[in-house]
Amino acid sequence: MADQHDADFTFRLWRYDGEPGELIPLLQSAQEHFGYIPRRALKYISSVTNVPESTIYGVITFYSQFRLQPMGQHVIRVCAGTACHVAGATNLIDAVQDELGIEVGGTTADGVFTLFTVACLGCCSLAPVMMVDDETHGRLSPATVRKILRGYRRQAAKQAVAEQV
Amino acid sequence: MSKIYVGMGTCGLSAGARDTYDTLKKLMGEAPAKADLHITGCIGMCYREPLVEIRDNGTRVIYGEVTPERAEEIYKRHVQNREIIDEYVVLHEKVGGELAGSETDFIAPQERIVLRNCGTIDPESIADYEAAGGYQGLRKALLNMTSEEIIAEVKASGLRGRGGAGFPTGLKWSFAAGNPSNRKFVVCNADEGDPGAFMDRSVLEGDPHAVLEGMIICGRAIGADFGYIYCRAEYPLAIKRLNIAIASAREKGYLGKHILGTEFNFDVKIKQGAGAFVCGEETALFASIEGERGMPRIRPPFPAEKGLWQKPTNNNNVETYANVPWIITRGAKAYAAYGTEKSRGTKVFALAGKVRHGGLAEVPMGMSIRDLVFKVGGGIKQDKRFKAVQMGGPSGGCIPEHLADTPVDFENIPQTGAIMGSGGMVVMDETTCMVDIARFFLDFTQAESCGKCTFCRIGTLRMLEVLERITRGEGVPEDIETLRQLSVQIKESSLCGLGQTAPNPVLTTLKYFLDEYRAHIEDKKCPAKSCAALVDYFIDPEKCVGCTVCAKNCPVDAISGQPKQVHVIDQGKCVKCGKCISSCNFDAVYKD
Ligand SMILES: Cc1cc2nc3c(=O)[nH]c(=O)nc-3n(C[C@H](O)[C@H](O)[C@H](O)COP(=O)(O)O)c2cc1C
Repeated sequence: MADQHDADFTFRLWRYDGEPGELIPLLQSAQEHFGYIPRRALKYISSVTNVPESTIYGVITFYSQFRLQPMGQHVIRVCAGTACHVAGATNLIDAVQDELGIEVGGTTADGVFTLFTVACLGCCSLAPVMMVDDETHGRLSPATVRKILRGYRRQAAKQAVAEQV
Repeated sequence: MSKIYVGMGTCGLSAGARDTYDTLKKLMGEAPAKADLHITGCIGMCYREPLVEIRDNGTRVIYGEVTPERAEEIYKRHVQNREIIDEYVVLHEKVGGELAGSETDFIAPQERIVLRNCGTIDPESIADYEAAGGYQGLRKALLNMTSEEIIAEVKASGLRGRGGAGFPTGLKWSFAAGNPSNRKFVVCNADEGDPGAFMDRSVLEGDPHAVLEGMIICGRAIGADFGYIYCRAEYPLAIKRLNIAIASAREKGYLGKHILGTEFNFDVKIKQGAGAFVCGEETALFASIEGERGMPRIRPPFPAEKGLWQKPTNNNNVETYANVPWIITRGAKAYAAYGTEKSRGTKVFALAGKVRHGGLAEVPMGMSIRDLVFKVGGGIKQDKRFKAVQMGGPSGGCIPEHLADTPVDFENIPQTGAIMGSGGMVVMDETTCMVDIARFFLDFTQAESCGKCTFCRIGTLRMLEVLERITRGEGVPEDIETLRQLSVQIKESSLCGLGQTAPNPVLTTLKYFLDEYRAHIEDKKCPAKSCAALVDYFIDPEKCVGCTVCAKNCPVDAISGQPKQVHVIDQGKCVKCGKCISSCNFDAVYKD
């Protein structure tokens, strides 16, 4: 593993004590560190745990939390639970897809947004809801959801400019 | 000295409680008063969040919708000048327990056993939990009771598992206790995957020690020295508060070696889920803790014989464990006094959907659906007509209005074709399409099927395709028979509860709302005016500002109008794709 970022991860895993059943926490740790699970992390986890790469791949693809591709700067999770569904979540999802020009599961070309739906965020009394990163937004409509996304987009653009300067 | 509590559960936080808290904190720094500031969990009135409570001299005043501005006013008038601001009060508990305030009807019918501390103590403070009688149950169980006596007490209480199936808890414990193995496990199922259910999340966020205490007592009863809490990754706050609780319980000697000076050792570890609904099923959950794909295993052997790591294991739901300390402290009799003959005690319900009071309520078992929806729940939003209530999530069903007098317990709910489930209740009104609800749940189970059993994997997909066709107006009369047939086959040939119950939402809607299926199939109409392809679209002239966005987005040029003037949809050209609704920035397009 080449750069510092990878080295940090290796260091974290170094504390792995061989306890059985730690594969999923290790993968979660990789995802938290890199934002997704890169191929090299998978290889590395396999080498420390002695679980074959193919088995690890099977575990990764079983759980919806794990990603094999990098995600956008902001992760949007529109709730598609029952309460949100009866409150019009379908229109909301359509509006987000349309506003961002991506499908559920996709990432915008500029790498700003990744869109997912989730089965239930458990904020049913504020339905319909969506989470952007760790922030929950409730009582949404197609119009308000567009406003919120445009806010994030403006912020991201500002940041990009600031970074260039 | 008054105490100020800000409701900081996930519901409070998403309604803005963080800003409310920060405002109060700042005010206290600038203009100190005789008060201290605390956080607390969800008291259940999610529909009035953010909530702030002021407690002094035996009275409690809870204010609703406390924005930072309101917080400032409340601080100045109530905290500093002892003036109660009636117009913001949702609940006022006077000395002696008398209740007043706008939400009295929501709280008064409740009996709070599981939620005894939710919204009243600081969940991050073990001292608060102890002051509320916490860890007294453990003390009694460890110092004054044998493990047989603990199990007998839980049996006598009549407590049944709150994870859905209602298996008698004391009996389950006796199976694991009876196993002679010297290595056993206690598992707490906090995977709460049913869409529309958030009871377990609130308990973990609002009173994590209650769950820990229940698990430790269970460990003592069955002879286990280690426990796992398997918690959904979507509940970061619950995990954070559990971690705090575990650390402080260790510090105080409630976890670890020689608990309370006895020979009993017990510790717990949190395992985070990784987003798979089927991992709520206990054998799949064990596989997931072991680091594998979460696929269910064949039972028997049952967990009490071979569970986690092939060792005898007792798995219960969060709410089940949270009941235990109360039962041990107050006695089985006190618990069994609530509820019905076969379903003792109370149950927490998550009210959501088209009900006015969306939130959490704990009521004695046996309350009717009607009382839950209309008394506790405050009735239907916008006074629309109550149509049905969905119970049991993807494994459950829709109970129609004419069965609303059904008592909610483990005996009566299954008679309707639904199940008690974990306690999610999604209320539906006249604008909810029952065919679409069936499609919604099949979409869910189809995606969440682990793929092990063929009928569950492919049968649910076939059912989903049929339902999608019907909601698009392309259904044929034979579809109903196909759905019934597939339902029977999937139920009979699936290994775990996911497949065995997946057809329930379809079967109950076919049973009670067959006319809606017929209207979709024969008349190509959606009576609830919900299915996108079967309704007409209109623009509300009051809301339209003439921005032209809908016209630009319409794929068939069915929308006309000059800029800055009200637009209209040509019904002859419209292909009912719904693009206009989702593209409008002013919510001006509606379906009828
Ligand atoms: C597909 C499926 C999902 C389940 N999800 C949960 C869940 O999220 N939480 C839960 O406590 N039980 C869930 N169960 C039930 C568990 O298998 C188990 O019966 C329960 O945790 C036992 O606890 P109890 O005796 O306290 O009810 C699920 C079962 C199935 C078949």
